[in-house]
Amino acid sequence: MSEMIIQMQDMNKWYDDFHVLKNINLEVKKGEKIVICGPSGSGKSTLVRCINRLEEHQNGKIFVNGTELTNNLKNIDLIRAEVGMVFQHFNLFPHLTILENLTLAPVWVRHETKDQAEEVAMGYLEKVKIGDQALKYPGQLSGGQKQRVAIARALCMKPGVMLFDEPTSALDPEMVKEVLDVMVGLAEDGMTMLCVTHEMGFARQVADRVIFMDEGQIVEEADPETFFNNPQSERSKEFLGQILH
Amino acid sequence: MYKWTKNPESRSLPAGEAMAKWMKKNLFPTPAQSMLSIILFSLILKMLTPFLDWFVYDAVWLGSADDCRQASGACVAFIREKFTFILFGFYPREYLWRPIAAIGLFICMLWYSKEPSRWSKRLVRRWVVYVFLWILLMRGGMFGFELVPSNKWGGLPLTLMLSFVGIVFSYPFGILLALGRRSKMPVIKAFCVGYIELIRGVPLISLLFMSSVMFPLFLPEGVVIDKLLRAQAAIILFVAAYMAEVVRGGLAAIPKGQYEAGEALGLSFFQIMRLIILPQALKIVIPPTVNTAIGMFKDTSLVLIIALFDLLNTTKTALKDGNWLGFSVEGYLFVALIYFIFCFSMGKYSRRLEYELTTSRSH
Ligand SMILES: Nc1ncnc2c1ncn2[C@@H]1O[C@H](COP(=O)(O)OP(=O)(O)OP(=O)(O)O)[C@@H](O)[C@H]1O
Ligand SMILES: [Mg+2]
Repeated sequence: MSEMIIQMQDMNKWYDDFHVLKNINLEVKKGEKIVICGPSGSGKSTLVRCINRLEEHQNGKIFVNGTELTNNLKNIDLIRAEVGMVFQHFNLFPHLTILENLTLAPVWVRHETKDQAEEVAMGYLEKVKIGDQALKYPGQLSGGQKQRVAIARALCMKPGVMLFDEPTSALDPEMVKEVLDVMVGLAEDGMTMLCVTHEMGFARQVADRVIFMDEGQIVEEADPETFFNNPQSERSKEFLGQILH
Repeated sequence: MYKWTKNPESRSLPAGEAMAKWMKKNLFPTPAQSMLSIILFSLILKMLTPFLDWFVYDAVWLGSADDCRQASGACVAFIREKFTFILFGFYPREYLWRPIAAIGLFICMLWYSKEPSRWSKRLVRRWVVYVFLWILLMRGGMFGFELVPSNKWGGLPLTLMLSFVGIVFSYPFGILLALGRRSKMPVIKAFCVGYIELIRGVPLISLLFMSSVMFPLFLPEGVVIDKLLRAQAAIILFVAAYMAEVVRGGLAAIPKGQYEAGEALGLSFFQIMRLIILPQALKIVIPPTVNTAIGMFKDTSLVLIIALFDLLNTTKTALKDGNWLGFSVEGYLFVALIYFIFCFSMGKYSRRLEYELTTSRSH
């Protein structure tokens, strides 16, 4: 079982009276790439955010790398150290340079020296092809560049799994590809990935499994070929009809 | 920022012509605006002439109180006579160099500290050293400096001390209150909300009164806390509540995503606050923060009701001198000018700071 990096067992979440996530069961193996899709409001973001405790689940269990996610702060820290996250709106720190954005957490959380952290950070910036922007501020970059910085920032913490919540939805169309290319590269390097995205090309290219959610439930779970060519449920057919038309 | 002198066209013009062009563009672009300009200029002239008459032509710069009474202009001689008293109160004349040195050093320290690039732990240490120097100079009682108790202090040093110490302590205290007000822990939150609302609900005068009249009643017999110190504490407690509300505005302006990004990276709550949220929030609220600081600088004059001799009180006392009665316009104008210089500098510095901190990281 040690190769299971994420396990959710009968997980439920409510916002007050509103039952957002219903009986979620999900297992992700090391190295697996999973794409989550579904209509707006179906609970995709909430599901992903429960994994690193940006949202709290009310019952059921979540394990990350064998550690159970509870209110124990030590467990939360362990899990957050293991999980990297990329947001739809980048959430870079506007008052810090790109390089400082990348080194902040390694220095303060992992207690690396500034030099060590900067060396690692420059490595990742090269990898996402923006090494020359290291001393600029986020406000001086384009959306696509910002999102690549955000990916590099998460990677600097050497996470075992990366969560993406619609990483390309806030981008102009011409910038989507540069971000997806980085994500494909990451997948090829063997990173475990959970991506909420509607980029079906990306899903076909890298996903091991596609998970379709609706109204807080996992409705369908299949490999991309089966899911796109032969969807089983009515709702997923309807959804695919809408986004592929 | 666009400056007309930067335009290469106008730069190549001779000065007079450039000036004419500027005036045409800025003062007389349309008939209606030309009319407004002319009306305003004539109004200014109309007010300026009587003021010049009063302040220069008919004024008594050197002379006695009687000379002043016979003249129709300003009695600058009064200011000359009372200059030392207004600025330094009852501080012993033979040691007058000490407050002068303290203020001189203070202004040097401020000047040195104004560059954000110099803000470091070292600067804080230098200020700590300076505070000891201030105490040594103003109070003495050690290293061969004659003791001058705080009830002899007055004028500008007193006003500067009350304001500066007030700002330095109320700012961090205000930040803590603002953080507490947003806390999820009900006891802390209730305390902070209660404190802020209570303090904002009473005038500073009442706090000063309590500090000078009521507070000593609660102390065990024999324990005496300096009146100046008590007034200083009252000012800090008062201004902190206002600072807290200013800071809260800044905190509210930071998007939730900034907290979430910090949490996802594994930073603790305090690290997120210190490294991500506060640096942004405090920068946003520089203008209202300085506004509050300016307000408090002037509010320190209220200490006159508990008989501390700040700048305004020394002026009022000078005006009561039987030999020099009737020159309150001169006295108040003079003290207003001093207040204005400090407040204006604070406002100007705030705009520069804001500009510098935002241009280096445009977003
Ligand atoms: N903080 C909150 N409080 C109350 N309800 C919320 C909150 N956050 C989300 N919701 C609700 O929970 C549901 C699921 O939201 P979620 O953001 O997970 O959906 P999503 O699938 O990511 O949608 P989208 O594709 O629009 O991002 C929505 O109906 C939303 O209105
Ligand atoms: Mg979402």
